[in-house]
Amino acid sequence: MTSNPSPHIPGVHAEPSSSARTATGLLAYLLVGLSFGIVLVKSEAASWYRIQEMFRFESFHMFGLIGSAVLTGLVTTAMLRRSGVKSRDGQTIRVTDKEKGWRRYVFGGLTFGVGWGLAGVCPGPIFTLLGAGVWPMLVVLLFALLGTWAYGALQTRLPH
Amino acid sequence: MTELLDFLRSPWPWYVGGPLIGLTVPLLLWLGNKPFGISSNLRHACAILLPDRAKPGFFKYNWRAEKWNLMFAAGLVLGGFVAGVLLANPEPARLSAAGVRSIQELGVQVRPGLVPAELADPGNPGVWLLLAVSGLLVGFGTRYGGGCTSGHAITGLATLQGPSLIATVSFFAGGILSANLLLPLFLTVIR
Repeated sequence: MTSNPSPHIPGVHAEPSSSARTATGLLAYLLVGLSFGIVLVKSEAASWYRIQEMFRFESFHMFGLIGSAVLTGLVTTAMLRRSGVKSRDGQTIRVTDKEKGWRRYVFGGLTFGVGWGLAGVCPGPIFTLLGAGVWPMLVVLLFALLGTWAYGALQTRLPH
Repeated sequence: MTELLDFLRSPWPWYVGGPLIGLTVPLLLWLGNKPFGISSNLRHACAILLPDRAKPGFFKYNWRAEKWNLMFAAGLVLGGFVAGVLLANPEPARLSAAGVRSIQELGVQVRPGLVPAELADPGNPGVWLLLAVSGLLVGFGTRYGGGCTSGHAITGLATLQGPSLIATVSFFAGGILSANLLLPLFLTVIR
């Protein structure tokens, strides 16, 4: 990303030092995270009650939420890619494709799903609920890290 | 003034929250070609915390290039504080009648807040067990499956990726199974 040599283009000022740019760049991600955290709470996607309601098909709320999120993402991402606009740091917009296959997606997906249904939290809400002062999420986070490490340790022995 | 505060404290309908969630995908792409996905942060955290010699190959990569995502996660914590503490909804979530009934059948009361007190009771060792097992499965499963709700259900489906559809169907199947069968069983045992 930052490895492209600075070309000397007449009339164009030298780029600002990369560390300053990275710092402001990182701040932007903090702000996007902040607003996303607010959305997770305000839309009640971080609510244990709503997740339970969703997994029992007792309300449209979460389905409307995820459905409209996917639809909005689909349309706006397609528009962004078609427009030919470059990213803020001058790259061509590209989406990395997920690895092909199915085993890891079925087995990994099922495992994650069972965990999600138990405590009613997926990774985003773990962080958001911590900020909301739900301290027991520290236990979930700690064990999620342990689970992540366990996958890393067993990776080569699992079907993918 | 109180009206404004009431407005800020009230929850949003799905058709406001959903599109805002969806917009995160193009926003992160525009900001720096970043793929929206939260569970990768668990991997980055392991890569940072584990000492080099005890590191499985899976954690040997340049996590510094992924600092943006750790900042995103820090933002999530701040957002939780703003919306869940400063502007917390004083009312319980407006669940469907069926939803309220099922939750009461689990032995849980519907009160204001995001997580019921019954599941945040540090005095009950069963609660610790529930949280630990859940966390373990979430951490293991998201890395095995290569993503969570944000990476697969939102980003993957919005960019029409087959693997993400398989993953999303699978984690919903797992969630339906555990919320309807395992959780009631678990709660009966630990109470």
